[in-house]
Amino acid sequence: MTPTPQDSTQPAHSTVSRRRLFGVAGAGALAGVSGVAGWGIASARDDQPAGGPLAYAFHGEHQAGIVTPAQDRLHFAAFDVTSDSRESLIELLEAWTVAAVAMTAGELVGGGAPQPYDAPPQDTGEAQDLDPAGLTITFGFGPTLFEKDGVDRFGLRDRQPEELRRLPHFPADNLDEVRSDGDLCIQACANDPQVAVHAIRNLSRIGFGTVSMRWAQLGFGRTSSTSTTQATPRNLFGFKDGTANLHAEEPEELSDHVWVQPGDDPAADWLAGGSYLVARRISMRIETWDRTSLREQESLIGRDRVEGAPLSGGTEFTEPDFALQGRSGPIMPMDSHVRLAHPAQNNNTKLLRRGYNFTDGADALGRLDAGLFFIAFVREPLTRYVPMQTVLSRDDALMEYLEHTGSGLWAVPPGIAQGHYVGQALFT
Amino acid sequence: MKTPLFAVTLSALALTLSACGLTEPNAPAASGGDGQISVSSTSEACDLSVTEVGSGNLAFRVKNEGTEVTEFYLYAEDGLRIVGEIENIGPGLTRDLVVRATAGDYVTACKPGMVGQGIRNAFTVTESGEDLGITGVDAADIEAAETQYAAYVRDQSQELVDATGDFLKAWTSGDDDLARRLYPTARQHWERIETVAESFGDLDPKMDLREADLEPGQEWTGWHRIEKDLWPPATGYVPLTAAERQPFADDLMANTEVLQERVQTETYTVSDIGNGAKGLLDEVAAGKITGEEDIWSHTDLYDFQANVDGARVAYEGIKPLLDVKDAALSTDIGERFDALQELLDGHRTAEGGFVFYDTVEQPQRKLLSDAVNALGEPLSKMTGAIIL
Repeated sequence: MTPTPQDSTQPAHSTVSRRRLFGVAGAGALAGVSGVAGWGIASARDDQPAGGPLAYAFHGEHQAGIVTPAQDRLHFAAFDVTSDSRESLIELLEAWTVAAVAMTAGELVGGGAPQPYDAPPQDTGEAQDLDPAGLTITFGFGPTLFEKDGVDRFGLRDRQPEELRRLPHFPADNLDEVRSDGDLCIQACANDPQVAVHAIRNLSRIGFGTVSMRWAQLGFGRTSSTSTTQATPRNLFGFKDGTANLHAEEPEELSDHVWVQPGDDPAADWLAGGSYLVARRISMRIETWDRTSLREQESLIGRDRVEGAPLSGGTEFTEPDFALQGRSGPIMPMDSHVRLAHPAQNNNTKLLRRGYNFTDGADALGRLDAGLFFIAFVREPLTRYVPMQTVLSRDDALMEYLEHTGSGLWAVPPGIAQGHYVGQALFT
Repeated sequence: MKTPLFAVTLSALALTLSACGLTEPNAPAASGGDGQISVSSTSEACDLSVTEVGSGNLAFRVKNEGTEVTEFYLYAEDGLRIVGEIENIGPGLTRDLVVRATAGDYVTACKPGMVGQGIRNAFTVTESGEDLGITGVDAADIEAAETQYAAYVRDQSQELVDATGDFLKAWTSGDDDLARRLYPTARQHWERIETVAESFGDLDPKMDLREADLEPGQEWTGWHRIEKDLWPPATGYVPLTAAERQPFADDLMANTEVLQERVQTETYTVSDIGNGAKGLLDEVAAGKITGEEDIWSHTDLYDFQANVDGARVAYEGIKPLLDVKDAALSTDIGERFDALQELLDGHRTAEGGFVFYDTVEQPQRKLLSDAVNALGEPLSKMTGAIIL
């Protein structure tokens, strides 16, 4: 948004928030609007022109950033807790919550209150003139938060969910330890990369002394749509990705496949209304893929490249016909990605995918270091996601062009009520 | 590694080739001055936007507007000889066919349901005056290439059986020094025909799986299992006893013999051969260049060389066809093979083998990688240039 001339004259230490500066949503709108299936759109004020600043409420039944329509950019970070104090951990979660509420509303960290001239600003400042850009901040707790090397670090061992275990080694995994796992994770998504980076930077800063950033990943383009209002984007193979994804508009499917239900795990009832976040850094062998004929590319994927329709015909959202015969065998090849990943082949396993294209420059051999940072939200990672990924890693013809180089699993606590902090039920 | 690279190759297209050679692929998809020709295939009709065009590269965009899987053919005047075809078009899908056609009478056909004579119409190509260059290849050259490559695969599989036998004998008799010397050269026979070997999806996981490829609980057998026993990690590895070695040796030998038996009856189309060459270079780019293939022995350069050998044999075999279709591309590929070979030769030992890959520094690896990319690009265009 372009600030008005008057706005731009505001001094840097102004108590006027980013949100008010640019006339984004009023506080009332932020507080109580509950949108589809638990995410709240903090709708723009009535006098806002269409296409104005976009903000999503931080509070709600579920954390934002899951069924929220996938934003364009990602900054994902995993942290290790360096303190052994349960109190410090709780204080950090409280501080993170306050900062996340402010940032997702487009406000400065610390509220922009006057500070001594000789003190460093509380907010790092690079998002000062930017609108919230649909920022969501989603927190997760890794298995090692509950127990690490046999040690119950924070008195949480008894409350570790059964499904929250380090993901197993999948065939052909080539994981980089410094791009995997972590006690905590934060997924920041926004339509402006600087807003997402600002969020992770400030949360990381708040955490110094209690946590240390273990690894992070930038994503520059969404590869999934999480709402039927969104078009399906393309991955770096040039194909539409996640056509069969779950969407915000399917509440029953989300209850079945995404949200942890009360009673799912008696030891971990604190997680009811939450989910699990699976992250996989999937490197693509871009150079060899680009030398592959369109015939082979489409056979490997199982869709046509232009429309995204299954090779058995129709349009993008037509169900594949796995029985349909072509000139030599099924027209949807037996080892095609779409066939092997389809719920019908996987005990009706469905994921809410929310991945991003990434590139981290070039590798030492001068090849594009790029791929898909796969993120999925699932209700039962071990019993449902793991078997499916095992099949894909072993049998998917596309694996010739893929290498999984990072991995992690986190439990994502349910949404946060006003005045509470993220994951509060775990500590009470 | 796994994945049948041959699984998606095109047997039927070889018919096109053997039938004639009036077609040409990588040329720009513009027809003899008439642009793109739209084809609509339904259960009752096969409608073309134009039925008379000038000679040159014809670009058909075939849309299946019916309810069954369809195919589109361009036949010569006799209605028998296939000039170009595109198959497996699902309902609602659109696919392109590019062919190079000289002036003359032709027949188009859509085959909804993939059966019968199809819905046929006359199609005319008039003289546009465009110089089409050479448009035909000799059917005898095609047959020679296919026969020659099949013989090469059989030959390598026989040598693989022999060399594997010697290697396993050394290993099971406890002569580890000899086994370590034989390991890289025996494997070369596998690596030269790796894309063929991998096309047998049941054998490859038993014979060539790396430790990282395993799923939890899966038994690890084959070349790399033995590799680890011969070049064990410094800590945390319990060597196999003589008695424990025998079953691994027997298993690898038996599977090698099954492979050799199976390739006796295998045949390869020109597209199989071309795609196989491209696939072998992909293997280099994916596993050898990074040192992931022989992570214990660091003999990756032997595998690298063997993949390149196999790709080069494939290229040389179909070179007579490529020389006719696209001489410049053929020359380019030949030169880039030479450049890559020169780099590889720089890593040879005095005895004619290769240095261990962990001694090859990153800048040298990058040079190899660049040379593989430089060859891989033109090589990937070879099949299309010959076939379509």
